[in-house]
Amino acid sequence: MRFAAGFRHGVHPPERKELTSTVPVRRMPFPEEIVLPLRQAAGKPAIPIVRPGDRVERGDTVAEADGWMSVPIHASSAGTVKKIDWWPHPDGSVAEAILLEADPYSPQVPRPRIVPRWQGLSPQEVVEAVRKAGVVGLGGAAFPTHVKLLPPEGIEVRTLIVNAAECEPYLTTDHRIMVEYPERVHFGIRVMMHALGVERTVIGVENNKPDAIEALEATLPDDLDVKVQSVRVKYPQGYEKMLIKTLIDRSVPAGKLPMHVGVVVQNVGSIAAIAEVFETGLPLIERVVTLTGPGVARPSNLIVPVGTKLRDALEFCGGLVGDVTEIVFGGPMMGASQPDLDAPILKGTTGVVILTREESRPRRRYPCIQCGTCLDACPMFLNPSLLGQLAQAGRYEEMGEAHLADCVLCGCCSYVCPSNIPLSQMFALGKAGLRKLETQAA
Amino acid sequence: MGDVRLHLTPSPHLKAPVSTPRIMWNVTASLVPVVAAAIYYFGPSALLLLAAATLGAVLTELAFSPEKNLGDGSAVITGVLLGLILPPGLPLWMAFVGGAFAIGFGKLIFGGLGQNIFNPALLGRAFLQAAFPAALTTWPGVPDSWWDLRGGNLALPFMSPPEVDAVTSPTPLGLMKFESTPTESYALMIGNTGGSLGETAGLVILLCGGYLGLRNFLNWRIPVSILGTVAVFSGLLFLLDPTRYANPVFALFSGGLMLGAMYMATDPVTSPVTNAGAWIFGAGIGFLVVVIRSWGGLPEGVMYAILFMNALVPFINRATQPSPFGERIVEEAEA
Repeated sequence: MRFAAGFRHGVHPPERKELTSTVPVRRMPFPEEIVLPLRQAAGKPAIPIVRPGDRVERGDTVAEADGWMSVPIHASSAGTVKKIDWWPHPDGSVAEAILLEADPYSPQVPRPRIVPRWQGLSPQEVVEAVRKAGVVGLGGAAFPTHVKLLPPEGIEVRTLIVNAAECEPYLTTDHRIMVEYPERVHFGIRVMMHALGVERTVIGVENNKPDAIEALEATLPDDLDVKVQSVRVKYPQGYEKMLIKTLIDRSVPAGKLPMHVGVVVQNVGSIAAIAEVFETGLPLIERVVTLTGPGVARPSNLIVPVGTKLRDALEFCGGLVGDVTEIVFGGPMMGASQPDLDAPILKGTTGVVILTREESRPRRRYPCIQCGTCLDACPMFLNPSLLGQLAQAGRYEEMGEAHLADCVLCGCCSYVCPSNIPLSQMFALGKAGLRKLETQAA
Repeated sequence: MGDVRLHLTPSPHLKAPVSTPRIMWNVTASLVPVVAAAIYYFGPSALLLLAAATLGAVLTELAFSPEKNLGDGSAVITGVLLGLILPPGLPLWMAFVGGAFAIGFGKLIFGGLGQNIFNPALLGRAFLQAAFPAALTTWPGVPDSWWDLRGGNLALPFMSPPEVDAVTSPTPLGLMKFESTPTESYALMIGNTGGSLGETAGLVILLCGGYLGLRNFLNWRIPVSILGTVAVFSGLLFLLDPTRYANPVFALFSGGLMLGAMYMATDPVTSPVTNAGAWIFGAGIGFLVVVIRSWGGLPEGVMYAILFMNALVPFINRATQPSPFGERIVEEAEA
């Protein structure tokens, strides 16, 4: 089986990956200032352990994890801690961040460190090394990776699925990683399989990346059961439940994690980041980011230090061109609009898409005509039309009964709605409203 | 790099190139061949009646709708559809009143676009049928010249004496019902029969509706379900007693079935939102059409069948809600 049947529903937005899919990854020079928000992953923010004036080398820990569901933060450049202050966060809020003034004359050589030899480590020790390196899911959700690697008691994981679908339009981060560093991906898979104790790995790649599939297949290890599976281009193929359905034909039950069907899903970029931890001993301090869209002079794939300000990255790509109206962190389907060019690129930032008036012109909203197009688009088989009407009336409890919790905010319903109703936004608000009701009741 | 004025909008930041007005206007545009056939068969009367009904609908929308929004196309499509289901000899003022009623009481009183329960055009037709039963069941004969108006198009409200038309040409369904005389299938398909303006040319409507279905501007399951049910059900009756019941081809191409299945039942607002519901809805309409035609007091039943099923749509929706993605959790014994 070379070609999987796939999941039902979903949408086909224009791909627009040709802007950067053949552009090799380049390393961006270190910016003058680095902004490291303490909250860069799902869970609790990290606790700073440096003070203004402290000198740090590249790779030094600047903030410790606060408990299990939290990740440490490391300096992505040598320099001096300027201050710890409030700073615009890419999620739209203002959050605490460590500001580093980069040392312009530093050779950026990290302190000597011991590179962990994975063969000699127990699975727990591998997970601990990953945790200390501050690795999070690099596919956008920024879920702490070490949490996924330790399944709770009584759950047996049989398959590792590598998520290389990259279904969001415009983005080519994972694509370039697979084309340029296939050995690193396979090395990361080897370490992961060791840590999880699984026998089998499936890499799911959308079939609009034939060169990535070719590169991965050319470097397949002989001694491991690793398979590269081409999957059909359809959004949201990269949502983990859809990818599991496509690759092993199992449907994760509502409210459950992939572990429930014996699967752990890791983004291919995270796998490469884990590989780096065991290659160089360095923590997660840089990542590949796609800067693209019709509004940027030179669409590029860049290796940027975590904490690089949007402004600096844009400048390196030749700045803005045309009638730029909107800058999105992440993909255009689920990403967040940025109000501020000073927002930093974080561990979980997959890309920056610069849109012009042509793509993001405001559209007039019409009443719902119950056409049912959203039902045919929803990959979770919900009724967005009904949920939208309930949201309009503020009937959050009834939204909960209509399975609002299963909504993953993928945006398919908003994308197809002929009346331009911002359904997924209403559902995000509905989820918040429901949470509020639940806390009041508790 | 100077600072730019950035927009903040919720995701997704891309949008499929489709909009409600675009759907409405595409449906309206797809009716052009049907309107042309109506004018070809019924002459200037057809044009005048369509204009009167549309004018009634549009003026009502302008006068009473808070948004005064003709741009979404729903008032125009309602007027045109109403015009197409009127008999060719109807006084123009009645068509105007019908259009006004369709928008006023069929749509606006419920809260405007998307809120109504019944198909506005059919509600307008039902109102006219109740108010002016004689005028709505008079089918004037074919005049000598194409340019001549049919029957009492120019009658004035409550002033003109009732038209005593010597020559009437009954509709195929009337002939079938009251005289058990079937009409030639070929004449039915191309529309060379008596009947309402836009209902006679079955093949033209089938092609126009098929185009809309292919472009995904209507839910194809509804017409397929209606026409399939009518074909099967009337076919069974025909097999039982060919002298009493019409053959399935006659059943499919006579009366307002084709127009109703393609353009009235598929109104998204008044049809089920789920695909399973669409099949049930269509089957219900098809069943009721055959029942009314075969055993009811009226020769035609499409209008009442659709209006009746419109009323059931909330229940159909509730019964056919999709079940969310994911395997059901099997409770383990030891848990």
